[in-house]
Amino acid sequence: MATLALRAAPAAVSAWRSTLTGAAATLAGFASLFVLWHLASVYLVGSALFPPPLRVLARGIELARDGSLLDNVSVSLGRILAGFAIGSACGVVIGFVLGAVAPARRVLEPYTEFLRFIPATALITVAVIWFGIGESSKIFLIAYTTVFIVIINTAAGVASINRNKVRAALCLGATRPQLFVHVLLPAATPYVLTGMRIAMANSFTTIVAAELVAANDGLGKMLWDARLFMLVDDIFVALICLGFLGFSADRLFRWAILRFARRFSPVM
Amino acid sequence: MSLVAFRDVEKTYASRSGRPYTAIRGFDLDLAAGEFFCLLGTSGCGKTTVLNMLAGFEHPSGGTMTVRGRPVRGPGRDRGVVFQGNDSLYDWLTALENIALGPRLSGLPAAERRERANHYLSLVGLAQQGGKYPSELSGGMQQRIQIARALANDPDILLMDEPFGALDAQTRTTLQAELLRIWQATRNCVLFITHDIDEAVTLATRIGVMRAGPASTLKAVIDVDLAPEDRVRTSERFMAVYRRVHALLSDEVTLAALQAH
Ligand SMILES: Nc1ncnc2c1ncn2[C@@H]1O[C@H](COP(=O)(O)OP(=O)(O)OP(=O)(O)O)[C@@H](O)[C@H]1O
Ligand SMILES: [Mg+2]
Repeated sequence: MATLALRAAPAAVSAWRSTLTGAAATLAGFASLFVLWHLASVYLVGSALFPPPLRVLARGIELARDGSLLDNVSVSLGRILAGFAIGSACGVVIGFVLGAVAPARRVLEPYTEFLRFIPATALITVAVIWFGIGESSKIFLIAYTTVFIVIINTAAGVASINRNKVRAALCLGATRPQLFVHVLLPAATPYVLTGMRIAMANSFTTIVAAELVAANDGLGKMLWDARLFMLVDDIFVALICLGFLGFSADRLFRWAILRFARRFSPVM
Repeated sequence: MSLVAFRDVEKTYASRSGRPYTAIRGFDLDLAAGEFFCLLGTSGCGKTTVLNMLAGFEHPSGGTMTVRGRPVRGPGRDRGVVFQGNDSLYDWLTALENIALGPRLSGLPAAERRERANHYLSLVGLAQQGGKYPSELSGGMQQRIQIARALANDPDILLMDEPFGALDAQTRTTLQAELLRIWQATRNCVLFITHDIDEAVTLATRIGVMRAGPASTLKAVIDVDLAPEDRVRTSERFMAVYRRVHALLSDEVTLAALQAH
Protein backbone atom coordinates (compact mmCIF):
# COMPACT_ATOMS: atom_id res chain seq x y z
CA MET A 1 0.00 0.00 0.00
CA ALA A 2 2.85 2.35 0.93
CA THR A 3 4.65 1.81 -2.37
CA LEU A 4 1.40 2.39 -4.20
CA ALA A 5 0.91 5.74 -2.51
CA LEU A 6 4.50 6.72 -3.25
CA ARG A 7 4.11 5.89 -6.89
CA ALA A 8 0.79 7.71 -7.10
CA ALA A 9 2.21 10.95 -5.73
CA PRO A 10 4.47 11.99 -8.65
CA ALA A 11 1.71 11.05 -11.11
CA ALA A 12 -0.70 13.35 -9.29
CA VAL A 13 1.85 16.16 -9.29
CA SER A 14 2.49 15.86 -13.02
CA ALA A 15 -1.27 15.73 -13.66
CA TRP A 16 -1.64 18.98 -11.73
CA ARG A 17 1.24 20.50 -13.60
CA SER A 18 -0.27 19.66 -16.98
CA THR A 19 -3.63 21.06 -15.84
CA LEU A 20 -1.94 24.30 -14.82
CA THR A 21 -0.02 24.58 -18.10
CA GLY A 22 -3.26 23.96 -19.95
CA ALA A 23 -5.05 26.69 -18.00
CA ALA A 24 -2.17 29.11 -18.57
CA ALA A 25 -2.25 28.43 -22.32
CA THR A 26 -6.00 29.03 -22.42
CA LEU A 27 -5.61 32.31 -20.51
CA ALA A 28 -2.82 33.42 -22.86
CA GLY A 29 -5.08 32.62 -25.81
CA PHE A 30 -7.87 34.76 -24.41
CA ALA A 31 -5.50 37.60 -23.54
CA SER A 32 -4.17 37.68 -27.11
CA LEU A 33 -7.75 37.71 -28.42
CA PHE A 34 -8.50 40.85 -26.39
CA VAL A 35 -5.23 42.51 -27.37
CA LEU A 36 -5.92 41.88 -31.07
CA TRP A 37 -9.44 43.15 -30.64
CA HIS A 38 -8.14 46.31 -29.01
CA LEU A 39 -5.55 46.89 -31.76
CA ALA A 40 -8.09 46.30 -34.51
CA SER A 41 -10.66 48.57 -32.93
CA VAL A 42 -8.38 51.49 -32.03
CA TYR A 43 -5.82 51.49 -34.85
CA LEU A 44 -7.46 49.66 -37.75
CA VAL A 45 -11.14 50.67 -37.65
CA GLY A 46 -11.19 53.65 -35.32
CA SER A 47 -14.97 53.92 -35.40
CA ALA A 48 -17.60 54.07 -32.69
CA LEU A 49 -19.30 51.15 -34.43
CA PHE A 50 -16.50 48.80 -33.31
CA PRO A 51 -15.79 49.60 -29.63
CA PRO A 52 -12.54 48.45 -28.00
CA PRO A 53 -12.68 45.85 -25.20
CA LEU A 54 -12.19 48.31 -22.35
CA ARG A 55 -15.17 50.39 -23.39
CA VAL A 56 -17.28 47.25 -23.66
CA LEU A 57 -16.08 46.23 -20.22
CA ALA A 58 -17.01 49.64 -18.80
CA ARG A 59 -20.46 49.42 -20.37
CA GLY A 60 -20.80 45.87 -19.09
CA ILE A 61 -20.06 47.03 -15.55
CA GLU A 62 -22.59 49.81 -15.93
CA LEU A 63 -25.26 47.40 -17.11
CA ALA A 64 -24.36 44.97 -14.37
CA ARG A 65 -24.71 47.78 -11.77
CA ASP A 66 -28.25 48.66 -12.79
CA GLY A 67 -29.13 44.95 -12.71
CA SER A 68 -30.39 44.68 -16.27
CA LEU A 69 -27.46 42.58 -17.52
CA LEU A 70 -27.82 40.00 -14.81
CA ASP A 71 -31.57 39.87 -15.45
CA ASN A 72 -31.09 39.24 -19.15
CA VAL A 73 -28.35 36.68 -18.62
CA SER A 74 -30.26 34.75 -15.99
CA VAL A 75 -33.46 34.80 -18.05
CA SER A 76 -31.69 33.36 -21.11
CA LEU A 77 -29.72 30.88 -19.07
CA GLY A 78 -32.84 29.76 -17.20
CA ARG A 79 -34.64 29.09 -20.48
CA ILE A 80 -31.68 27.13 -21.83
CA LEU A 81 -31.34 25.05 -18.69
CA ALA A 82 -35.05 24.25 -18.48
CA GLY A 83 -35.35 23.31 -22.16
CA PHE A 84 -32.05 21.49 -22.16
CA ALA A 85 -32.98 19.44 -19.09
CA ILE A 86 -36.36 18.45 -20.53
CA GLY A 87 -34.87 17.69 -23.96
CA SER A 88 -31.99 15.67 -22.53
CA ALA A 89 -34.21 13.65 -20.21
CA CYS A 90 -36.62 12.75 -23.03
CA GLY A 91 -33.73 12.17 -25.44
CA VAL A 92 -31.95 9.73 -23.14
CA VAL A 93 -35.10 7.69 -22.50
CA ILE A 94 -36.16 7.58 -26.15
CA GLY A 95 -32.56 6.97 -27.25
CA PHE A 96 -32.25 3.93 -25.00
CA VAL A 97 -35.52 2.50 -26.30
CA LEU A 98 -34.42 3.13 -29.88
CA GLY A 99 -31.01 1.59 -29.33
CA ALA A 100 -32.21 -1.48 -27.45
CA VAL A 101 -35.54 -2.39 -29.04
CA ALA A 102 -35.37 -3.02 -32.78
CA PRO A 103 -39.14 -2.77 -33.50
CA ALA A 104 -39.29 0.55 -31.64
CA ARG A 105 -36.45 1.76 -33.80
CA ARG A 106 -38.40 1.07 -36.95
CA VAL A 107 -41.52 2.78 -35.63
CA LEU A 108 -39.77 5.85 -34.24
CA GLU A 109 -37.15 6.32 -36.93
CA PRO A 110 -39.43 8.32 -39.27
CA TYR A 111 -40.05 10.79 -36.44
CA THR A 112 -36.41 11.31 -35.59
CA GLU A 113 -35.17 11.19 -39.17
CA PHE A 114 -37.80 13.65 -40.38
CA LEU A 115 -37.96 16.09 -37.50
CA ARG A 116 -34.26 16.47 -36.96
CA PHE A 117 -33.98 18.20 -40.32
CA ILE A 118 -36.46 20.88 -39.31
CA PRO A 119 -34.30 23.33 -37.35
CA ALA A 120 -35.66 24.86 -34.18
CA THR A 121 -35.25 28.34 -35.65
CA ALA A 122 -37.74 27.38 -38.35
CA LEU A 123 -40.21 26.44 -35.64
CA ILE A 124 -40.05 29.79 -33.80
CA THR A 125 -43.11 31.11 -35.58
CA VAL A 126 -45.16 28.03 -34.81
CA ALA A 127 -43.92 27.97 -31.21
CA VAL A 128 -45.01 31.57 -30.68
CA ILE A 129 -48.44 30.89 -32.18
CA TRP A 130 -48.85 27.78 -30.02
CA PHE A 131 -47.29 28.89 -26.76
CA GLY A 132 -47.29 32.67 -26.94
CA ILE A 133 -44.39 35.02 -26.36
CA GLY A 134 -43.69 33.82 -22.77
CA GLU A 135 -41.34 31.23 -21.32
CA SER A 136 -43.00 28.10 -22.67
CA SER A 137 -42.28 28.84 -26.33
CA LYS A 138 -38.54 29.27 -25.61
CA ILE A 139 -38.35 26.20 -23.43
CA PHE A 140 -40.18 24.22 -26.09
CA LEU A 141 -37.71 25.32 -28.77
CA ILE A 142 -34.64 24.49 -26.67
CA ALA A 143 -36.09 21.12 -25.71
CA TYR A 144 -36.88 20.47 -29.37
CA THR A 145 -33.38 21.30 -30.56
CA THR A 146 -31.85 19.19 -27.77
CA VAL A 147 -33.95 16.08 -27.93
CA PHE A 148 -33.00 14.75 -31.38
CA ILE A 149 -29.27 15.15 -30.93
CA VAL A 150 -29.41 13.36 -27.59
CA ILE A 151 -31.65 10.62 -29.04
CA ILE A 152 -29.34 9.91 -31.93
CA ASN A 153 -26.18 9.86 -29.81
CA THR A 154 -27.74 7.76 -27.06
CA ALA A 155 -29.13 5.23 -29.55
CA ALA A 156 -25.74 5.02 -31.26
CA GLY A 157 -24.10 4.41 -27.89
CA VAL A 158 -26.51 1.64 -26.98
CA ALA A 159 -26.28 0.01 -30.41
CA SER A 160 -22.48 0.05 -30.32
CA ILE A 161 -22.24 -2.04 -27.17
CA ASN A 162 -20.17 -5.10 -27.73
CA ARG A 163 -22.14 -8.36 -27.82
CA ASN A 164 -19.76 -10.17 -25.50
CA LYS A 165 -20.25 -7.56 -22.77
CA VAL A 166 -23.95 -8.35 -22.78
CA ARG A 167 -23.35 -12.10 -22.94
CA ALA A 168 -20.83 -11.97 -20.09
CA ALA A 169 -23.35 -10.18 -17.87
CA LEU A 170 -26.04 -12.74 -18.66
CA CYS A 171 -23.61 -15.54 -17.74
CA LEU A 172 -22.96 -13.76 -14.46
CA GLY A 173 -26.68 -13.97 -13.78
CA ALA A 174 -27.80 -10.45 -14.72
CA THR A 175 -31.54 -9.86 -14.95
CA ARG A 176 -32.88 -7.46 -17.60
CA PRO A 177 -32.93 -4.44 -15.26
CA GLN A 178 -29.45 -5.33 -13.99
CA LEU A 179 -28.19 -5.59 -17.56
CA PHE A 180 -29.48 -2.07 -18.14
CA VAL A 181 -27.96 -0.56 -15.00
CA HIS A 182 -24.63 -2.36 -15.06
CA VAL A 183 -23.87 -2.62 -18.78
CA LEU A 184 -26.06 -0.56 -21.12
CA LEU A 185 -26.12 2.61 -19.03
CA PRO A 186 -22.39 2.90 -18.30
CA ALA A 187 -21.40 1.84 -21.81
CA ALA A 188 -23.63 4.50 -23.37
CA THR A 189 -22.75 7.33 -20.95
CA PRO A 190 -19.90 8.88 -22.98
CA TYR A 191 -22.13 8.94 -26.06
CA VAL A 192 -24.96 10.55 -24.09
CA LEU A 193 -22.63 13.24 -22.75
CA THR A 194 -21.23 13.91 -26.21
CA GLY A 195 -24.77 14.34 -27.55
CA MET A 196 -25.63 16.72 -24.72
CA ARG A 197 -22.50 18.74 -25.39
CA ILE A 198 -23.45 19.28 -29.03
CA ALA A 199 -27.05 20.01 -28.02
CA MET A 200 -25.88 22.64 -25.53
CA ALA A 201 -24.09 24.51 -28.31
CA ASN A 202 -27.25 24.37 -30.42
CA SER A 203 -29.30 25.68 -27.51
CA PHE A 204 -27.36 28.96 -27.58
CA THR A 205 -28.14 29.48 -31.26
CA THR A 206 -31.76 28.70 -30.70
CA ILE A 207 -32.30 30.90 -27.64
CA VAL A 208 -30.80 33.97 -29.29
CA ALA A 209 -32.84 33.47 -32.44
CA ALA A 210 -36.03 32.97 -30.44
CA GLU A 211 -35.43 35.99 -28.22
CA LEU A 212 -34.55 38.16 -31.21
CA VAL A 213 -37.90 37.42 -32.75
CA ALA A 214 -40.23 37.10 -29.81
CA ALA A 215 -39.36 37.94 -26.22
CA ASN A 216 -39.64 40.60 -23.56
CA ASP A 217 -36.24 39.92 -22.04
CA GLY A 218 -33.09 37.85 -22.41
CA LEU A 219 -29.81 38.35 -24.25
CA GLY A 220 -31.47 38.06 -27.67
CA LYS A 221 -33.94 40.77 -26.76
CA MET A 222 -31.06 42.91 -25.47
CA LEU A 223 -29.34 42.53 -28.86
CA TRP A 224 -32.51 43.50 -30.68
CA ASP A 225 -33.20 46.57 -28.57
CA ALA A 226 -29.59 47.72 -28.86
CA ARG A 227 -29.86 47.51 -32.64
CA LEU A 228 -33.03 49.65 -32.60
CA PHE A 229 -31.30 52.39 -30.61
CA MET A 230 -27.86 51.91 -32.17
CA LEU A 231 -26.29 51.03 -28.80
CA VAL A 232 -23.26 49.28 -30.25
CA ASP A 233 -21.56 48.90 -26.87
CA ASP A 234 -24.60 47.05 -25.53
CA ILE A 235 -24.51 44.69 -28.51
CA PHE A 236 -20.91 43.82 -27.73
CA VAL A 237 -21.68 43.27 -24.06
CA ALA A 238 -24.40 40.78 -25.06
CA LEU A 239 -22.08 39.05 -27.54
CA ILE A 240 -19.32 38.69 -24.97
CA CYS A 241 -21.77 37.29 -22.45
CA LEU A 242 -22.97 34.68 -24.95
CA GLY A 243 -19.45 33.65 -25.78
CA PHE A 244 -18.50 33.39 -22.15
CA LEU A 245 -21.59 31.39 -21.16
CA GLY A 246 -21.25 29.01 -24.09
CA PHE A 247 -17.57 28.51 -23.41
CA SER A 248 -18.19 27.73 -19.74
CA ALA A 249 -21.00 25.28 -20.51
CA ASP A 250 -18.89 23.51 -23.12
CA ARG A 251 -15.92 23.28 -20.77
CA LEU A 252 -18.16 21.74 -18.14
CA PHE A 253 -19.26 19.03 -20.55
CA ARG A 254 -15.77 18.42 -21.83
CA TRP A 255 -14.56 17.98 -18.31
CA ALA A 256 -17.39 15.55 -17.53
CA ILE A 257 -16.78 13.52 -20.69
CA LEU A 258 -13.04 13.28 -20.10
CA ARG A 259 -13.64 12.34 -16.51
CA PHE A 260 -16.06 9.61 -17.46
CA ALA A 261 -14.13 8.50 -20.51
CA ARG A 262 -11.36 7.41 -18.19
CA ARG A 263 -13.80 5.04 -16.50
CA PHE A 264 -16.16 4.41 -19.37
CA SER A 265 -15.55 3.16 -22.88
CA PRO A 266 -12.91 5.11 -24.77
CA VAL A 267 -14.71 7.28 -27.29
CA MET A 268 -12.38 10.23 -27.00
CA MET B 1 -25.82 -38.97 -14.20
CA SER B 2 -23.45 -36.78 -16.12
CA LEU B 3 -23.25 -33.07 -15.48
CA VAL B 4 -23.71 -32.10 -19.12
CA ALA B 5 -25.37 -34.22 -21.80
CA PHE B 6 -25.64 -33.45 -25.52
CA ARG B 7 -27.99 -35.93 -27.23
CA ASP B 8 -28.27 -36.00 -31.01
CA VAL B 9 -27.85 -32.21 -31.09
CA GLU B 10 -28.10 -30.40 -34.40
CA LYS B 11 -27.42 -26.78 -35.25
CA THR B 12 -28.46 -25.32 -38.56
CA TYR B 13 -27.72 -21.68 -39.25
CA ALA B 14 -29.99 -19.69 -41.53
CA SER B 15 -27.25 -17.99 -43.52
CA ARG B 16 -27.83 -14.56 -44.95
CA SER B 17 -27.17 -15.72 -48.52
CA GLY B 18 -30.19 -18.04 -48.38
CA ARG B 19 -28.95 -21.64 -48.13
CA PRO B 20 -29.08 -22.90 -44.52
CA TYR B 21 -25.86 -24.37 -43.18
CA THR B 22 -25.84 -27.35 -40.82
CA ALA B 23 -22.73 -26.96 -38.67
CA ILE B 24 -23.43 -29.79 -36.20
CA ARG B 25 -25.52 -32.93 -36.62
CA GLY B 26 -26.03 -35.95 -34.36
CA PHE B 27 -23.68 -34.52 -31.76
CA ASP B 28 -23.39 -36.56 -28.54
CA LEU B 29 -21.22 -35.61 -25.58
CA ASP B 30 -21.23 -36.25 -21.83
CA LEU B 31 -19.23 -34.17 -19.38
CA ALA B 32 -18.68 -35.32 -15.82
CA ALA B 33 -18.21 -33.07 -12.81
CA GLY B 34 -14.57 -32.21 -12.21
CA GLU B 35 -13.23 -33.19 -15.61
CA PHE B 36 -11.17 -31.02 -17.95
CA PHE B 37 -12.47 -31.66 -21.44
CA CYS B 38 -10.65 -30.20 -24.44
CA LEU B 39 -12.53 -29.93 -27.70
CA LEU B 40 -10.19 -30.02 -30.67
CA GLY B 41 -10.99 -29.54 -34.31
CA THR B 42 -10.07 -27.80 -37.51
CA SER B 43 -11.08 -24.20 -38.06
CA GLY B 44 -14.78 -23.85 -38.84
CA CYS B 45 -15.75 -27.37 -37.74
CA GLY B 46 -18.20 -26.11 -35.14
CA LYS B 47 -16.36 -25.91 -31.80
CA THR B 48 -17.65 -22.44 -30.97
CA THR B 49 -21.12 -23.55 -32.02
CA VAL B 50 -21.03 -26.32 -29.41
CA LEU B 51 -19.82 -23.97 -26.69
CA ASN B 52 -22.30 -21.21 -27.57
CA MET B 53 -25.17 -23.69 -27.35
CA LEU B 54 -24.07 -24.92 -23.94
CA ALA B 55 -23.57 -21.34 -22.77
CA GLY B 56 -27.14 -20.62 -23.87
CA PHE B 57 -26.19 -18.00 -26.47
CA GLU B 58 -27.51 -20.15 -29.35
CA HIS B 59 -30.39 -22.62 -29.38
CA PRO B 60 -29.98 -26.08 -30.90
CA SER B 61 -32.07 -26.77 -34.00
CA GLY B 62 -32.62 -30.35 -32.86
CA GLY B 63 -31.82 -32.86 -30.14
CA THR B 64 -31.56 -32.18 -26.43
CA MET B 65 -28.93 -30.54 -24.28
CA THR B 66 -29.10 -30.75 -20.51
CA VAL B 67 -27.14 -29.55 -17.48
CA ARG B 68 -27.84 -31.65 -14.36
CA GLY B 69 -30.75 -33.17 -16.27
CA ARG B 70 -32.38 -29.81 -16.97
CA PRO B 71 -32.63 -28.53 -20.53
CA VAL B 72 -30.55 -25.42 -21.27
CA ARG B 73 -32.82 -22.45 -21.95
CA GLY B 74 -30.40 -19.52 -21.93
CA PRO B 75 -27.28 -18.18 -20.24
CA GLY B 76 -27.06 -18.73 -16.50
CA ARG B 77 -24.73 -18.43 -13.55
CA ASP B 78 -24.13 -22.20 -13.43
CA ARG B 79 -22.05 -21.86 -16.63
CA GLY B 80 -19.21 -19.35 -16.55
CA VAL B 81 -17.73 -18.25 -19.86
CA VAL B 82 -14.23 -17.01 -20.69
CA PHE B 83 -14.32 -15.30 -24.07
CA GLN B 84 -11.56 -15.37 -26.65
CA GLY B 85 -10.95 -11.64 -26.84
CA ASN B 86 -10.78 -9.03 -24.09
CA ASP B 87 -13.91 -7.21 -25.27
CA SER B 88 -16.13 -8.77 -22.62
CA LEU B 89 -14.38 -7.01 -19.74
CA TYR B 90 -16.07 -3.82 -18.56
CA ASP B 91 -13.76 -0.88 -19.29
CA TRP B 92 -15.49 1.27 -16.71
CA LEU B 93 -14.85 -1.14 -13.84
CA THR B 94 -11.51 -1.89 -12.22
CA ALA B 95 -10.13 -5.41 -12.37
CA LEU B 96 -11.45 -6.04 -8.87
CA GLU B 97 -14.87 -4.59 -9.69
CA ASN B 98 -15.04 -6.75 -12.84
CA ILE B 99 -14.42 -9.84 -10.73
CA ALA B 100 -16.91 -8.70 -8.09
CA LEU B 101 -19.69 -8.09 -10.61
CA GLY B 102 -21.18 -11.60 -10.47
CA PRO B 103 -21.46 -11.62 -6.66
CA ARG B 104 -22.76 -8.06 -6.82
CA LEU B 105 -25.53 -9.04 -9.27
CA SER B 106 -26.58 -11.87 -6.95
CA GLY B 107 -26.84 -9.43 -4.07
CA LEU B 108 -23.86 -10.39 -1.93
CA PRO B 109 -23.04 -7.65 0.63
CA ALA B 110 -20.20 -5.32 -0.35
CA ALA B 111 -17.70 -6.58 2.21
CA GLU B 112 -18.21 -10.22 1.26
CA ARG B 113 -17.97 -9.68 -2.46
CA ARG B 114 -14.85 -7.63 -1.98
CA GLU B 115 -13.28 -10.45 -0.04
CA ARG B 116 -14.42 -12.94 -2.66
CA ALA B 117 -13.08 -10.86 -5.54
CA ASN B 118 -9.76 -10.41 -3.76
CA HIS B 119 -9.53 -14.17 -3.23
CA TYR B 120 -9.92 -14.89 -6.94
CA LEU B 121 -7.67 -11.99 -7.86
CA SER B 122 -4.85 -13.58 -5.89
CA LEU B 123 -5.76 -17.00 -7.27
CA VAL B 124 -4.94 -15.74 -10.78
CA GLY B 125 -1.78 -14.08 -9.46
CA LEU B 126 -2.83 -10.44 -9.79
CA ALA B 127 -3.24 -9.50 -6.13
CA GLN B 128 -1.50 -6.14 -6.68
CA GLN B 129 -3.39 -5.16 -9.84
CA GLY B 130 -6.97 -5.00 -8.53
CA GLY B 131 -7.26 -1.22 -8.83
CA LYS B 132 -6.29 -1.05 -12.49
CA TYR B 133 -8.72 -0.71 -15.36
CA PRO B 134 -8.75 -3.35 -18.12
CA SER B 135 -7.11 -0.95 -20.58
CA GLU B 136 -4.17 -0.67 -18.18
CA LEU B 137 -3.57 -4.44 -18.17
CA SER B 138 -1.70 -6.65 -20.65
CA GLY B 139 -3.53 -9.22 -22.77
CA GLY B 140 -2.46 -12.05 -20.49
CA MET B 141 -3.59 -10.16 -17.39
CA GLN B 142 -6.94 -9.43 -19.02
CA GLN B 143 -7.50 -13.13 -19.64
CA ARG B 144 -6.64 -13.86 -16.00
CA ILE B 145 -9.22 -11.29 -14.93
CA GLN B 146 -11.78 -12.98 -17.17
CA ILE B 147 -11.00 -16.35 -15.60
CA ALA B 148 -11.23 -14.88 -12.09
CA ARG B 149 -14.49 -13.16 -12.96
CA ALA B 150 -16.03 -16.41 -14.17
CA LEU B 151 -14.74 -18.36 -11.15
CA ALA B 152 -15.90 -15.76 -8.60
CA ASN B 153 -19.47 -16.70 -9.52
CA ASP B 154 -18.73 -20.30 -8.54
CA PRO B 155 -20.05 -21.92 -11.73
CA ASP B 156 -20.51 -25.69 -12.12
CA ILE B 157 -18.95 -25.54 -15.55
CA LEU B 158 -16.31 -23.24 -16.97
CA LEU B 159 -16.59 -22.71 -20.74
CA MET B 160 -13.48 -21.41 -22.45
CA ASP B 161 -13.31 -20.65 -26.19
CA GLU B 162 -9.65 -20.47 -27.20
CA PRO B 163 -8.98 -18.18 -24.22
CA PHE B 164 -5.25 -18.02 -24.91
CA GLY B 165 -5.52 -17.90 -28.70
CA ALA B 166 -4.46 -14.28 -28.99
CA LEU B 167 -1.48 -14.50 -26.62
CA ASP B 168 2.20 -14.99 -27.39
CA ALA B 169 3.70 -18.44 -26.86
CA GLN B 170 5.43 -17.57 -23.60
CA THR B 171 2.41 -15.99 -21.92
CA ARG B 172 0.35 -18.87 -23.22
CA THR B 173 2.56 -21.47 -21.53
CA THR B 174 2.47 -19.52 -18.27
CA LEU B 175 -1.29 -19.21 -18.35
CA GLN B 176 -1.73 -22.90 -19.16
CA ALA B 177 0.26 -23.77 -16.06
CA GLU B 178 -1.76 -21.26 -14.02
CA LEU B 179 -5.03 -22.65 -15.30
CA LEU B 180 -3.96 -26.17 -14.45
CA ARG B 181 -3.04 -25.09 -10.93
CA ILE B 182 -6.34 -23.23 -10.49
CA TRP B 183 -8.31 -26.18 -11.84
CA GLN B 184 -6.55 -28.54 -9.44
CA ALA B 185 -7.61 -26.22 -6.61
CA THR B 186 -11.22 -25.66 -7.69
CA ARG B 187 -12.00 -28.85 -9.65
CA ASN B 188 -14.66 -27.21 -11.78
CA CYS B 189 -15.81 -29.04 -14.87
CA VAL B 190 -14.08 -27.30 -17.77
CA LEU B 191 -14.97 -27.34 -21.46
CA PHE B 192 -11.95 -25.87 -23.19
CA ILE B 193 -11.81 -25.18 -26.91
CA THR B 194 -8.54 -25.05 -28.77
CA HIS B 195 -7.02 -26.02 -32.07
CA ASP B 196 -3.59 -26.46 -30.52
CA ILE B 197 -2.82 -30.13 -29.81
CA ASP B 198 -0.02 -29.19 -27.39
CA GLU B 199 -2.40 -27.12 -25.35
CA ALA B 200 -4.99 -29.88 -25.26
CA VAL B 201 -2.53 -32.56 -24.12
CA THR B 202 -1.08 -30.21 -21.51
CA LEU B 203 -4.43 -29.43 -19.94
CA ALA B 204 -7.04 -32.09 -20.58
CA THR B 205 -8.22 -35.14 -18.74
CA ARG B 206 -10.12 -36.02 -21.93
CA ILE B 207 -9.76 -34.78 -25.48
CA GLY B 208 -12.58 -34.83 -28.00
CA VAL B 209 -11.62 -34.53 -31.67
CA MET B 210 -14.28 -33.17 -33.99
CA ARG B 211 -14.79 -34.01 -37.64
CA ALA B 212 -14.48 -31.34 -40.29
CA GLY B 213 -17.80 -29.64 -41.08
CA PRO B 214 -20.47 -29.49 -42.34
CA ALA B 215 -22.67 -31.68 -40.11
CA SER B 216 -19.77 -32.27 -37.75
CA THR B 217 -19.79 -34.67 -34.80
CA LEU B 218 -17.24 -36.00 -32.36
CA LYS B 219 -14.88 -38.32 -34.18
CA ALA B 220 -13.17 -39.78 -31.12
CA VAL B 221 -12.65 -39.12 -27.42
CA ILE B 222 -9.29 -39.92 -25.85
CA ASP B 223 -8.57 -40.26 -22.15
CA VAL B 224 -5.45 -38.38 -21.17
CA ASP B 225 -4.06 -40.21 -18.18
CA LEU B 226 -0.93 -38.18 -17.57
CA ALA B 227 0.68 -37.37 -14.24
CA PRO B 228 1.43 -33.66 -13.69
CA GLU B 229 5.15 -34.23 -14.28
CA ASP B 230 4.37 -35.84 -17.65
CA ARG B 231 2.52 -32.78 -18.93
CA VAL B 232 5.55 -31.40 -20.74
CA ARG B 233 6.67 -31.88 -24.33
CA THR B 234 9.85 -33.63 -23.29
CA SER B 235 7.90 -36.51 -21.74
CA GLU B 236 7.57 -39.66 -23.82
CA ARG B 237 4.05 -40.29 -22.54
CA PHE B 238 3.05 -36.76 -23.56
CA MET B 239 4.34 -37.38 -27.08
CA ALA B 240 2.47 -40.68 -27.30
CA VAL B 241 -0.83 -38.92 -26.63
CA TYR B 242 0.19 -36.09 -28.93
CA ARG B 243 0.79 -38.50 -31.82
CA ARG B 244 -2.57 -40.22 -31.33
CA VAL B 245 -4.44 -36.93 -31.37
CA HIS B 246 -2.37 -35.66 -34.26
CA ALA B 247 -3.22 -38.75 -36.35
CA LEU B 248 -6.94 -38.28 -35.65
CA LEU B 249 -6.81 -34.61 -36.48
CA SER B 250 -4.65 -34.65 -39.59
CA ASP B 251 -7.21 -36.66 -41.59
CA GLU B 252 -9.75 -33.98 -40.79
CA VAL B 253 -7.37 -31.21 -41.77
CA THR B 254 -6.86 -32.89 -45.16
CA LEU B 255 -10.60 -33.33 -45.53
CA ALA B 256 -11.29 -29.70 -44.64
CA ALA B 257 -8.67 -28.56 -47.14
CA LEU B 258 -10.23 -30.73 -49.87
CA GLN B 259 -13.69 -29.32 -49.14
CA ALA B 260 -12.37 -25.81 -49.38
CA HIS B 261 -11.45 -26.41 -53.03
N1 LIG C 1 -24.15 -17.11 -37.00
C1 LIG C 1 -23.80 -17.93 -38.01
N2 LIG C 1 -24.49 -17.91 -39.17
C2 LIG C 1 -24.15 -18.73 -40.17
N3 LIG C 1 -23.18 -19.61 -40.14
C3 LIG C 1 -22.45 -19.70 -39.01
C4 LIG C 1 -22.73 -18.86 -37.89
N4 LIG C 1 -21.85 -19.17 -36.92
C5 LIG C 1 -21.06 -20.14 -37.41
N5 LIG C 1 -21.42 -20.48 -38.67
C6 LIG C 1 -20.80 -21.51 -39.49
O1 LIG C 1 -20.79 -22.71 -38.75
C7 LIG C 1 -19.54 -23.36 -38.90
C8 LIG C 1 -18.92 -23.60 -37.54
O2 LIG C 1 -18.57 -22.36 -36.97
P1 LIG C 1 -17.83 -22.26 -35.58
O3 LIG C 1 -17.67 -20.83 -35.27
O4 LIG C 1 -18.55 -23.08 -34.58
O5 LIG C 1 -16.42 -22.90 -35.93
P2 LIG C 1 -15.15 -23.14 -35.00
O6 LIG C 1 -14.89 -24.61 -34.95
O7 LIG C 1 -15.32 -22.45 -33.70
O8 LIG C 1 -14.00 -22.47 -35.85
P3 LIG C 1 -12.69 -21.66 -35.36
O9 LIG C 1 -11.71 -22.67 -34.88
O10 LIG C 1 -12.20 -21.00 -36.61
O11 LIG C 1 -13.13 -20.70 -34.31
C9 LIG C 1 -18.68 -22.50 -39.81
O12 LIG C 1 -18.68 -23.06 -41.09
C10 LIG C 1 -19.37 -21.16 -39.81
O13 LIG C 1 -19.26 -20.59 -41.08
MG1 LIG D 1 -14.41 -20.72 -32.80
